[in-house]
Amino acid sequence: MRERFATGFDPFVLPFLIGMVFVLGYCFFGIFRILYQLPKDDRRRFLVSLITPRTALKNVWDIFCNCLLHVKLWKRNKLLGFMHSSIAFGWFMIILLGHLEVFIYCPERVHLFYYPIFFNYFVAENESTIGGAVLFFLMDFFLLLILTGIGLAIVKRVRSRFFGMRRTTRPSLLDRVGLYSLWAIFPLRLLAESFTAHISGGSFLTIPANWVFRQFLGNDLNLLPTWWAYSIVLGVFMVVLPFTRYMHIPAEMMLIPMRNAGLRIRHPRKGFAKVQVLSCPGCGVCIDACPMSAQKVNIKDCTVYLNRQIRRGNEKRIEEISDKCLLCGKCEAVCQVGVEGPRMRVAQRSARRYGLTPDFAAIDTAPLSRAASAAFSGAAGATGAAGAAGAAAGAAGVAGAAGAAGASGASGVAGAAGGAGVAAGAAGVAGAAGAAGAAGAAGAAAAGVAGASKVAFFSGCMTRLTPSVGKAVCSLLDKAGADYVWLDREEGLCCGRPLLTAGRIDAAISLIRKNEEVILGSGADTLVLSCPICYKMFSERYALPGVRVVSYADYFDEFVQQGRLRFEKSDICYVYHDPCELGRGCGIYESPRRLLGQAAGIAEAEKNREESVCCGGSLGSLTLDFAHREVITRKSLENLYSSRADAIATACPLCLSTFRRYSDRPVRDLAEILDASCRL
Amino acid sequence: MEGIDFGFGLSKSSSVQLDKVDLTLYRRLEALEPGVRVCMACGSCTSTCTAGPWSGMSVRKVILNLQRGKDVGRMLSCCMLCGKCTMVCPRGINTRHLILSLCRIYEKV
Repeated sequence: MRERFATGFDPFVLPFLIGMVFVLGYCFFGIFRILYQLPKDDRRRFLVSLITPRTALKNVWDIFCNCLLHVKLWKRNKLLGFMHSSIAFGWFMIILLGHLEVFIYCPERVHLFYYPIFFNYFVAENESTIGGAVLFFLMDFFLLLILTGIGLAIVKRVRSRFFGMRRTTRPSLLDRVGLYSLWAIFPLRLLAESFTAHISGGSFLTIPANWVFRQFLGNDLNLLPTWWAYSIVLGVFMVVLPFTRYMHIPAEMMLIPMRNAGLRIRHPRKGFAKVQVLSCPGCGVCIDACPMSAQKVNIKDCTVYLNRQIRRGNEKRIEEISDKCLLCGKCEAVCQVGVEGPRMRVAQRSARRYGLTPDFAAIDTAPLSRAASAAFSGAAGATGAAGAAGAAAGAAGVAGAAGAAGASGASGVAGAAGGAGVAAGAAGVAGAAGAAGAAGAAGAAAAGVAGASKVAFFSGCMTRLTPSVGKAVCSLLDKAGADYVWLDREEGLCCGRPLLTAGRIDAAISLIRKNEEVILGSGADTLVLSCPICYKMFSERYALPGVRVVSYADYFDEFVQQGRLRFEKSDICYVYHDPCELGRGCGIYESPRRLLGQAAGIAEAEKNREESVCCGGSLGSLTLDFAHREVITRKSLENLYSSRADAIATACPLCLSTFRRYSDRPVRDLAEILDASCRL
Repeated sequence: MEGIDFGFGLSKSSSVQLDKVDLTLYRRLEALEPGVRVCMACGSCTSTCTAGPWSGMSVRKVILNLQRGKDVGRMLSCCMLCGKCTMVCPRGINTRHLILSLCRIYEKV
């Protein structure tokens, strides 16, 4: 090893150095600015998470997996995964190995930024030593890896269809400058190292290249210009980086720890939202995913364009894009970086000023909760009566006892539940026995579990618009012998989610308080919901101590496991549509499928589960009109038809009524299907 | 004569002078949500309204009152934006956007 220049400096490093200092300065300034913008408790939480060993380790691991190896992208598309990880990981390794070389051979130069990058120019090492051979081999290997990635990137730019992408974003002018300089960096590095290989050593890539070049280049005069060119493109790339989509490289390293710290978007532009916007790589995966891209006019309203417009500060377009979105959450599900498009839009909506704010404080909810608790206690009265009559089940569960008293016609909804308890008992052990006492005891045994819980069924606005769903849920609850009351059969309040997604958060909270009053006042300990929109709201935003909030799919699934509901399989084959709010919103994919599989045949659509296509009826969108929604619904139906099923099943009353409008096949709610095939 | 309770009184005339009413709010709403023009006052929105039973909210009445220059603030402040009116509207009016736009530009008449 010998250093070629005693000064360890050459002017060609200047462009690189300027770029490096600029981008580092920009990022440090940005980090402090974002930390300053965070609300105080968020900032504390974030900083604490950085020094907590568990989250700190998770951060490092996540950054390694996502930023360097692009694991998530690999899972989605192998070719794209290879392209990105070869460039990112290869570049990282070249920088790492460069530093290693400096550490090993000339530790006194460690403080120089440029030394690891231009090591081969400044230091002449022979590949005949073990260290040199290994390091040079690795350097050439990773350079080759990157060059493969760059090659793929160039092909992708010309023909994105080879990579399975239908549509992609049009890069802006600065994006192009960044893109072309990024493409140029590594071929130039190869050239520069090849020209220097006979002086400073090289490996399997650079030495043969050097030999080839020396066949027709008589001298080393082209050596310095190539290093200059390499340094200049590096400098250009780093200077334009903060203003291009390549800002996602540093920003994502900030986004991952912030997400791991559990931060939420509080301000539409500042703090966490700012990091999200900068982390968007502009890849355009969300364009194909967005249900609105069914129509060309709405293509520019997906998340990647929202981020672009926020970066450009185009207020008019930001408002338009934020209002139009269906909030189906698919862009977030497919996003490789995890940009929370829907939350950003809700934050944007909530920043709006209104001349009038709804207030629900005046609503008197007492009659509702009174009616509900009366229905429960009516059943308890029946229990007492049955006990006095000397039935074996006198002291046992409410519904079982009500079952014994069923003949005497216990009033209210619970009376009906009691009747079902008897029926369930009869279908069970004591069916043939016929002895009244035995039947009562069996009823108590069967309903013992049910008797333990008082179930409130909240149907929500959308279910009340499709009453058959509510009736089916009640009928199933009856058949399972549950002690339940339909909270909002006649009148009810909205769950508050439409207000929340419209950004009217204060109004939503005031509505939440009212609903809490009703439910807590009813004395129920289980809240069953037939509408996923309500379910998401109740499980995330409500404070209901002692009340279990459950979606009807999960609840009936439990009943099946307990043997309280049995189904007869019909010949019809259904394709199950995952409602946005139930699937992506609450992560419930399996229980509806299990239930449906018991009651009928089941087929899968081309895009399902996390990638299910919104029905187009979503309340998330504020401005999308009927004509545009129709196109989305038809597109979503096409996806469901791809399964060649006879009929469509869903578990959301809103999807149900939206699909019914345009579908040429029967559309039914899961509860309706279950109720029709329920066998007592 | 004031202060004497006859058990009945004269109610204020509720006649609307369409030539004289102040339609500023309605015109501004028209610009934001042109759908308001195609309303045929069928009342589907009212019959499905979640807020109706609690407060007398009625989109149909809101639109009629606007066209007659009357105040709609009390009704608007009860809307829960649940979206049922939008789903049942036979004319395809985006009633949620209508209400939100109205809340935005609302000034007491």
